[in-house]
Amino acid sequence: MKINNLFVWLKQKPRIAFFMCLPLILMVACLIIYPFFYSIFLATLNKAETKFVGLANFLFLFKRETFWLVVQQSIFFALVAVFFKALIGFIAAHSINELPSKGQRKWRGMLLIPWVIPPALSTLGWWWLFEPTYSALNWLLEKLSVDAIPWLSETFWARFSIILVNIWVGAPFFLIMYLAALKSIPEDLYEAASIDGANYWQKLFFITLPMMKNIISITILFSIIVTFANFDIVRVLTRGGPIDTTHLFATYAFRVGIESGDIPLGAAVSLFMFPVLAVLSFIILRNVRKRTNEV
Amino acid sequence: MADVEIKDLHKIFDRTEAVRGIDLSIKDKEFVILVGPSGCGKSTVLRMIAGLEEVTEGDIYIGDKLVNDIPPKDRDIAMVFQSYALYPHMTVFENMSFGLRLRKFSKEDIKKRVEEAAKVLGISELLKRRPRQLSGGQRQRVAMGRAIVRNPKVFLFDEPLSNLDAKMRGQMRIEIKRVHQHLKTTTIYVTHDQVEAMTLADRVVVMKDGKIEQIGTPDEIYNFPRTGFVAGFIGSPAMNFIPGNIVKNKNGYSVFINKQISFYLDKEKEKKLEGLDGKDVLLGIRPEHINEKKSEDAIEYDVKIDLVEPLGMETMVYFTINKVQLCGRVSPENNLMSNNKATLNFNKNKFHIIDPKTDKVI
Repeated sequence: MKINNLFVWLKQKPRIAFFMCLPLILMVACLIIYPFFYSIFLATLNKAETKFVGLANFLFLFKRETFWLVVQQSIFFALVAVFFKALIGFIAAHSINELPSKGQRKWRGMLLIPWVIPPALSTLGWWWLFEPTYSALNWLLEKLSVDAIPWLSETFWARFSIILVNIWVGAPFFLIMYLAALKSIPEDLYEAASIDGANYWQKLFFITLPMMKNIISITILFSIIVTFANFDIVRVLTRGGPIDTTHLFATYAFRVGIESGDIPLGAAVSLFMFPVLAVLSFIILRNVRKRTNEV
Repeated sequence: MADVEIKDLHKIFDRTEAVRGIDLSIKDKEFVILVGPSGCGKSTVLRMIAGLEEVTEGDIYIGDKLVNDIPPKDRDIAMVFQSYALYPHMTVFENMSFGLRLRKFSKEDIKKRVEEAAKVLGISELLKRRPRQLSGGQRQRVAMGRAIVRNPKVFLFDEPLSNLDAKMRGQMRIEIKRVHQHLKTTTIYVTHDQVEAMTLADRVVVMKDGKIEQIGTPDEIYNFPRTGFVAGFIGSPAMNFIPGNIVKNKNGYSVFINKQISFYLDKEKEKKLEGLDGKDVLLGIRPEHINEKKSEDAIEYDVKIDLVEPLGMETMVYFTINKVQLCGRVSPENNLMSNNKATLNFNKNKFHIIDPKTDKVI
C-alpha cells in the first residue's frame, strides 16, 4: 500500500518534472553555484586562509598595475578577436553559400575542423609553429628571405599570435551560425530586390544584414563571453608572458591563485569577470526571449 | 508602357528542357495570362522575362529593346511573387518605396507615389505596419503596391493569388482587374487556375510541356479549343470525353457513339475528316451542353443517374455511357435524384471531335 501511495504522489506532473530535472539541478549546484559562493567566501580571506579580511583583496588588486593591464588586455583581446571571428565567419559563410550545393558539405566540414578539435591540443600545434627554436613559420619566412619573427617573446607578436589562434578556433562557430541564418533567408527576397534595382552590396546591406541581425547579435554576445573567459590558448602559448603582457582574467587568476599560492587573491581576480559576463548573459537571454515572443 | 516580344524561347535546366520554343507577342496595355498545369514552364517563361533566369536560346524584347543580357533592375519591369516576397524588416511604406529609394527618387516624389498607390489599393492606413502584422490579402496588396509605385513598362505576376483563401482570391481578382483598367500597364500573369485565366485575361496562353498549346481570347479558348488538352484543361467541371467512331456513308460523315447517340456532321467539316473513316475519335462535350432542355440540335438519351451534386443555382448530374463517367449540368427545378432514370439532351453542335493520335480538335 505504501509503495502505491508513493506512485500516486509521484504521478503529479510538477513533481515528475522536478525529479526529472533533479540530476541537472544537482550538477549545476555542485559545479556552478557552490564554487561561485565558495570563491566569494575565499576572496574575503587572507593568503593563509586563516582570517577574514573583507574587501582587502579587491582593494589590493586595484593598486596593482598588473591587474589593470590584465583588465585592458582582456577587453582588447575579446573585442578584437570577436570582431575578426565575426567578420571572417561572415565572409566564409557567404562564400560557402554561393557555392553549388554539392560542394557546400565538403567545405563546411573542413572549415569546422578548428572548432571541433579540443583547443588545448590544437593550440599545442600552433605552439610548434610559433616556437622560437624550431618555428615552422620562421623557417618559411627565412626561405622567403624575411627576418624571423619573435612570435611569442615580444609583446606585440605574442598578443597577435594569441588573437590569431583564438580567431582560428572560434571563426567556424560564426561560420556555422551565419550559414544557417543565410539559408533561412528566402531566395525570392533577393529576386524582388534585384527587380527593385538593388546591386550586390545593396542586397547585402538592405536584405542580408537586417535579416541576420538577431543571429549576428546573439552570436557576438555569446562569443564575447567565451572569448573573455578564455584560458587554454594563453596558457599553452605564452603562459601570460612576456612579462604579463598577454594575461587574461582567467590565466592571471590561475597564476596568482595556483602558481603563486595566493588562492584568495586568485579568487578575487576571477570574480572580476562575473559582472561583465552577467551583464552580457542578461542581454542575451532578453534577446532570446524577445525573439521567441516574436515567433 | 511597352509591348513584349518573345521569339523561339528555350530554357534548359541541367538536362531537362523546361521551355521548348515559345513565340509570343504581347501588345502594349494587354493583359496576357500564361496558364497550364504545374511543370509546364509558364513560371520559367515569366522569370526569363523578368531576368531572374538566363535565356538558353531565343530572344526577349521589351519595347524595342533586346533584354536577354540586361539585368532585371534595368528592364523596367515589376514583379509580384506568389510568396509576396515582402521585406519582413521593413514597414509597408519602406517596402513600397525600396525600389524608388534605390533609384534615388526625391523624398517628396517617393512619398507622393507611395501614398497614391496606397490609396488605389486601399492600404493607406497600413503604411507604418510591418508585413507580419498584415493578413494575406493585405500583403498581396502591398506587393502590388510595390510594383505600382515604380510605374514600370511591364507588370509580371507569378501565381499571385494561390496563397490566399477562396474568398480573398475572388476579391483580389477584381482588385487586379481594377488596377489594370486604371493603369493600363502591359501585364503578364502566370497561374494554374483557369478561373483566373478566364476572368482576368485579354488573351490566354495555354501551355503544356514547355510549349504553347493555344493562344486566344478567353472566349476562343473556351469555345474553340484547338487541342484535347486545352479542351480538358479549361472549364470546370471539366469537359466530358466519350470514345466514338467516325463513319462514312452515302450521306456524308457521321459520328457514332452508340445506337442512340450518333449524328451527321456539318458538310464544312468533311474535308478535315478525310482519312478518319472508321477510326476511333474522342468526342468532347462540356457539361452545360448536356442538360434537360429540348431543342432541334439535341439528341435525347435515357440515362440512369449515378450521382447528383446540387450547387444551388444549378445541379451537376453524373452518369455513365460506354463505361465512361460523364457530367451534365441541369436546372435544380428538375429534382433529379441519384439512381433515378432521366432523359438528358446532348447538344450535337457542341461536340468537339478530337483525333486521339494527334490530340488535335478537328
